[in-house]
Amino acid sequence: MAPATPFREVSAAEALELAASGWRILDVREPVEWNEGHIPNATLLPLADLSSRIAEVVPDHDAPLLVHCAVGARSLRASAWLVQNGYTNVASVKASLLDWRRLGGAWEAPEQLLTPAQQRRYSRQVLIPEIGQAGQRKLLDAKVLLIGAGGLGSPAALYLAASGIGTIGLVDDDVVDESNLQRQVLHTSDRVGMPKTESARLTLGALNPETKVVEHRERLDADNVERLIAGYDVIVDGTDNFDTRYLLNDAAVRLRKPVVHGSIYRWDGQVTTFVPFEGPCYRCMYPTQPPPELAPACDVAGVLGVLPGIAGLLQANEVFKLVLGVGETLAGRLLMFDAMSTEFSEVRIWRDPACPACGEGTIQ
Amino acid sequence: MTTVRIPPVLRETVGGSRSLSASGGTVDEVLADIFANYPALRDRVTADGALSPFVNVYVNDRDVRYRDGMETPVGPDDTVILLPAMAGGAR
Repeated sequence: MAPATPFREVSAAEALELAASGWRILDVREPVEWNEGHIPNATLLPLADLSSRIAEVVPDHDAPLLVHCAVGARSLRASAWLVQNGYTNVASVKASLLDWRRLGGAWEAPEQLLTPAQQRRYSRQVLIPEIGQAGQRKLLDAKVLLIGAGGLGSPAALYLAASGIGTIGLVDDDVVDESNLQRQVLHTSDRVGMPKTESARLTLGALNPETKVVEHRERLDADNVERLIAGYDVIVDGTDNFDTRYLLNDAAVRLRKPVVHGSIYRWDGQVTTFVPFEGPCYRCMYPTQPPPELAPACDVAGVLGVLPGIAGLLQANEVFKLVLGVGETLAGRLLMFDAMSTEFSEVRIWRDPACPACGEGTIQ
Repeated sequence: MTTVRIPPVLRETVGGSRSLSASGGTVDEVLADIFANYPALRDRVTADGALSPFVNVYVNDRDVRYRDGMETPVGPDDTVILLPAMAGGAR
């Protein structure tokens, strides 16, 4: 193998001259660093991606390349790799970017939507193109209300808080019971007897102190439903009875709040999303309220612990899409999960023009 | 034979089966065939001879309310899904 062409190490002043004479600038830092500010016409190619992406980014092996990072260490490694792999005209900036900026080098810093701590904490999801800083900002500004801090609410709340949802409200008037712990993973053995909302606040606060947890230690009823949901962007319905589900549906349609619906029974789960006036509502699907014996509670029917885990996380997934405004929600589709056979299936649900809650006769 | 999926809350009425096979050219005929063998299921989902309004019926993924109701045609490769509302959740 022929000896590789050596590369130059250049100062900030020399780098400015090379940039002015048209050298291509390669920034080998990480996207998180790039997002905090970068040289305007540089190309981002993180050191870790160099070997896999260089051919696509710089196909011409003789192109003059000015390689920089934050202080000069990664650019040195990148430059060495480049010359070993046939690039003939490489210069590594051995100065820091601060020097570049001090000498008047061009610089572009986007408006910072996140603090440095938030950028670090949420870096793995900020990297996702559909999220980014703007999407993370939306999550941090979002207010999500969970009806029930039990089987469905537990997994949903944990992941919503972890992702940085700014405000999580919890409506539950129950206390932690020993028999809850098999599936309600917000709660712990030493909190038996404690109000569920308080236990949830302790768990979520330890997970993410940045998330504001609002306790609504009451049971949803006709008198409080509108007050409870009014201040929130998305409602996650994990209740255990038809009365509450119809009550919530009608109020959510009136206040135009999307509701992510989940229900479980033994080995089976159902999840869908109701977006008022854009898709069907719960009454479109079931115009008539069924008798209560069709909704046996978990303490009668039994439930596999992982089942609300799966359904609750599918609900959290819907919340993310609603808040971020990306992807396809389950609006208009009822997703059914059979844990016994590990099968997902879905049926379509339609807006009913005659729906008493959101149909043609109602105010839109 | 048409496949009829039995939802979990109604399985006790059919000896625990998750799905049954039935014959018939319409939803009505298929369900009549099932009800003949499982009267307990009929008692749970019908009232005065008609299907209760809180039970939705789908042929494959389509709600028969938006097709021809109980007269919606079904073929041997179709799946009829009985789907009453479920409410279990928090507690």
